[in-house]
Amino acid sequence: MISPSSPPTPRTAAPPLTRSRVLDLMSRLSGDEKHTVAATSTLDVLLVLYGGVLDIGPESVADPRRDRFLLSKGHGPMAYYAVLAARGFFPEAWLDSFGAFDSPLGHHPDHLLIPGVEVSSGSLGHGLPLAVGTAHALAITGNPARVVVLVGDAELDEGSCTEAIEYAGGVGLEGLTLVVVDNASSSYGVRGRIEERLRAHGWDAVRVDGRDHAQLEAALRHRAPGRPNAVVAQVEDKAAAA
Amino acid sequence: MTGADAPVRSPRAQFGRTVSALLDEREDLALVYAEISAQHVEEAAARHPRRVINVGIREQLLVGVGAGLALEGIRPLVHTFAPFLVERAFEQIKLDFAHQGVGGVLIGSGGSYDMSVLGRTHQSPGDVALAATVPGIRIHAPAGTAEADRIIREAAAGTGLEYVRISEQVSSAPRPHGSLPDGGLHVLHRGGGALSILALGHLREAALAAGDALDATVLSTTTVHPLDGRALRAHAGGEVVILEPWLEGTSLGAVADALSDAPRRFLAIGTSRQELRRYGTPAQHEAAHGLGAPEVIRRIRDWR
Repeated sequence: MISPSSPPTPRTAAPPLTRSRVLDLMSRLSGDEKHTVAATSTLDVLLVLYGGVLDIGPESVADPRRDRFLLSKGHGPMAYYAVLAARGFFPEAWLDSFGAFDSPLGHHPDHLLIPGVEVSSGSLGHGLPLAVGTAHALAITGNPARVVVLVGDAELDEGSCTEAIEYAGGVGLEGLTLVVVDNASSSYGVRGRIEERLRAHGWDAVRVDGRDHAQLEAALRHRAPGRPNAVVAQVEDKAAAA
Repeated sequence: MTGADAPVRSPRAQFGRTVSALLDEREDLALVYAEISAQHVEEAAARHPRRVINVGIREQLLVGVGAGLALEGIRPLVHTFAPFLVERAFEQIKLDFAHQGVGGVLIGSGGSYDMSVLGRTHQSPGDVALAATVPGIRIHAPAGTAEADRIIREAAAGTGLEYVRISEQVSSAPRPHGSLPDGGLHVLHRGGGALSILALGHLREAALAAGDALDATVLSTTTVHPLDGRALRAHAGGEVVILEPWLEGTSLGAVADALSDAPRRFLAIGTSRQELRRYGTPAQHEAAHGLGAPEVIRRIRDWR
């Protein structure tokens, strides 16, 4: 149960994960032809993560060696659902009943209902502590898989995030990657504070253009020996984009 | 006897001893704690540095890390003082454990008035009522070191979500060993009339004194949620008193539900719903809440 034992799962060829294809799938969720930048704030990070950075696919959702991706920012999961559908984790037809009583796809994800979703989210500030526990568990079992957790910049307002940031940096928790999608939605936010705060607590932290796939890929592939690392993905300001 | 073999009288010290032994026995267990009780797990931490995790004074992280371990198949033992474990980090229990669909063993020490001299901040008489709102949780209230040891071991061996409420208030009933054999309901004393007293936590001696004085049947259990409804129906009479060392009325609804088969009268006796703004000893708090034998007997007489 806790030790990686089964042989590698063969990957089947999936259709290419393109931005335009995922945007088409998002239209089935929202009914809109066009998407606000707020709805797509996580889109490019997710495209890069599921486009090859993460070792995870529909065949390996139960493989102990899969990389773990925890979407902590459960608000606005349309891009997440569209990427998972595009990668074949569940049928695209599920997208058409988004939010309905019988739908597995709610406005916040439930991991007991959706293949490939590692944690249920919605209430902010829960994913990062869960990811710290997950990283500890993988260290206990000697499992080299990565743990990547995605939060929004305003989610870092939560005290539980402060607890986790201080602790993970303090103990040098290797194997944990925090992705912060920064659309300047935090009240009382200060530009550039996020990576400074993380570095002050011992993290390796970098800010990149959250729409630039080459920058995102390089940052998301990076690992920091002996400490957790963070990628702050700068996207359009929520207020300016609304 | 010395060291690990010497008997301990404190259930909290027993917690440290039992958890340390379990960590030696099973590689899929981890202890997560938040500074509190470090003195009881020092040796285990030295032997199992990866599986004894101190998160510092960070209770939300404490519970979240426990649940993260559980998501990966590690059975977490999560410990701090009851008010900080259950009340401060309640949403983490509700979401990170219950809603994520994972189990774990939450072990709180203190609770109602163990830490009476520290004041209201270190008391949580509402912990059982609050924890019982979490779907699927089981709540245990051992009354002594032997019961604490057995219940922690049983909870660790399972897969569900368990809250073990360790208290320094102990009971020597049932005599002579002071330990109930398992989580079901037990008859400690058989009375001749309609009166039954369900004694929870350590309040068995007060209940037995009342049983003698009022010819009442006395029942007790270490598993206080969910209650053993079948045994309650088998043994309860027409007048049912619930005696519990936490918020008065906490178990009344569950008892009434279990006993809906016949018309009955119920009396709930527990800690006051008003804040007792006092320091002093646990014994003084127990008396102030009316949980000593003379007060319990008087209150039942007045009710009848």
